[in-house]
Amino acid sequence: MTLTAPPLPTGPGPGGAGTGLPEVTPEFERAAARADSRRGFLMSLPAYVYLVLFFTIPFGIVVVYSLATRNTIGGTDLAGWNLDSYRRLAEPIVRDILFRSVWIAMLTTLICLVVAYPFSYFIATRTPTIRNILLVFVMIPFWTNFLVRNYAWRVILGSDGPFAAVTEALGVGRQEILFTHSAVILGLVYGYLPFMVLPLYAAIERIDGSLIEAGRDLYASGAQTFWRVLLPLSMPGVLAGSILVFVPSLGAYVTPQILGGGKSTMLGSYIVVQFLTARNWPLGASLSFVLMTVMLTATLIYFRAGGRKL
Amino acid sequence: MPSAVPAVGLHRITKRFGDVVAVDTVDLEIADGEFFALLGPSGCGKTTTLRLIAGLEFPTTGRLRIFGDEVGTLPPNRRPVNTVFQNYALFPHMTAEENVAFGLRMRKVSKAEIEPRVRDAIALVHMEGMEQRRPDQLSGGQQQRVALARALVNSPKVLLLDEPLGALDLKLREAMQLELKALQREVGITFVFVTHDQGEALAMSDRIGVMDGGRLLQVGTPEEIYARPANRFVADFIGHANLLDGMVTGPDQVTLTNGITIAAPSNIQPGGHVAVTLRPEQALLHPWGGAPEHHTSVDGQVEQVTYLGNALIYRVSFQWMHIDVRSENRPGGDPVSAGDEVTVSWEPSSVAVVQD
Repeated sequence: MTLTAPPLPTGPGPGGAGTGLPEVTPEFERAAARADSRRGFLMSLPAYVYLVLFFTIPFGIVVVYSLATRNTIGGTDLAGWNLDSYRRLAEPIVRDILFRSVWIAMLTTLICLVVAYPFSYFIATRTPTIRNILLVFVMIPFWTNFLVRNYAWRVILGSDGPFAAVTEALGVGRQEILFTHSAVILGLVYGYLPFMVLPLYAAIERIDGSLIEAGRDLYASGAQTFWRVLLPLSMPGVLAGSILVFVPSLGAYVTPQILGGGKSTMLGSYIVVQFLTARNWPLGASLSFVLMTVMLTATLIYFRAGGRKL
Repeated sequence: MPSAVPAVGLHRITKRFGDVVAVDTVDLEIADGEFFALLGPSGCGKTTTLRLIAGLEFPTTGRLRIFGDEVGTLPPNRRPVNTVFQNYALFPHMTAEENVAFGLRMRKVSKAEIEPRVRDAIALVHMEGMEQRRPDQLSGGQQQRVALARALVNSPKVLLLDEPLGALDLKLREAMQLELKALQREVGITFVFVTHDQGEALAMSDRIGVMDGGRLLQVGTPEEIYARPANRFVADFIGHANLLDGMVTGPDQVTLTNGITIAAPSNIQPGGHVAVTLRPEQALLHPWGGAPEHHTSVDGQVEQVTYLGNALIYRVSFQWMHIDVRSENRPGGDPVSAGDEVTVSWEPSSVAVVQD
């Protein structure tokens, strides 16, 4: 691919005699603009192909299956589309799992936010060297496989694990939280905390420190400065971090499976059960569709609500 | 009626950052109603001094008083001062009006009172009609006005300004200098103004404190600082000065390092190493031997002529030293060009003798 505009028919322009090159003409300008947009299209083409092949088409297949009917032998009849599987979403068992998933994802997001905000502020206000060291610390867990880390938590939280030993030493008895919602939330917070820290750090780091000083100078206490100046200005980071934690938490499969004890605590596990065990593909597909829609809506809200400022 | 108690009193204030002494045992009293400039090159400690008064830094040692009250240990929100920050630090998520009202809201002033005070402050800085704009919809000069209104609306006892004109272009800066000065007279509040621009300090201030290396070198009116610099640094930093090195060799007499002896009144003991300062515009250029009777004069040769538009600078060399002479560009008079033999003369009272 060349990065020059295509050659154009040249006229013998006055003054062009010196170099032998043609004058600039409106036709040349238009051709250059066309070449520029063609380059833009070519550069984004791989990404578009990827999106169509691995998102748009599969998503369409999911939608089609969600409208199909499960037959008696566990197969799927694609003929005769209907909304039956969506009606089943209103059944108490499905509805409970849906609500519980949303609730657990929201709680995870909130805990991540409360834990990550002061830490991100701390990182953002250090000298550049210390800042980079702390950011590496945030990234270190990613050096180990997510699955392995979840199993590590299983050991930590298990009946003979360090967690029980610590609670016993603290005098609150041997606490066992493995295979409870608490363990799932703990695992999710642990897994997704970096996704909250990084955008928050980026947002806080960009805030001019003199704005905080101006707040204090204008009679605001430390807490007032936080609520009136720092938090509103770091909102793009808060939103980005919340989306990045909420979306994968809502669809989480590995953590609820390992730390939740394989019970259908959350949507992700329930969908897997529908596809593999219950062999009710239309129900699994309709659940997937709902989950995807919630996630896409959340992302769109984020972009509408000032994500562009990031 | 201005208070007899100083608006700001610094007593042996020192501020260290680790091993660096940013402000070194500064004693300073700023009178009520005064327009005071802290002047010095970057890194001289002037901004740190301002931040100490604002409460954005705490001094390492010393006493800090505002109208007689000890405030050294108070956080910024409990001091009766407000600051106009260097880059204005307007809250980008608030309109101009909300920015101005911020301080009053934080102090829980009633809504009924906030509204007229904000309106008055915005009128004071001529920003009517811009109330609903956000900072990014305002020009630099307009942001500056909002920053001023945001500070003044709180009726601070002292207003601190950190290089408030630094980000403006030259024309606007000159206009704002006059306006700021007029504004200060109108509101009658003590202004403490930090700048590295000596022209700005001379033009605006009642008094100037010149700082270098954390020390306060000289405090005085613009006239005092310009005509009677306390030391070599002040003479060199304020305006242009010819600094002629030499030694005091008798009463009111200095022998320059090139052997020429000139009259220069001082109370420095003979033997002291000094520099004689002479402002270029105080020196006069004459044809060879044409100096007036009562003037001090030296003979030399024009080495270089620099054209400035409104003036000319003649660099005259005499015995390995040189003096810059500034002469207004007026019609008439004999043109002088490089290589001409000339005499440079000045009133004996127009030189000042300084030590390092």
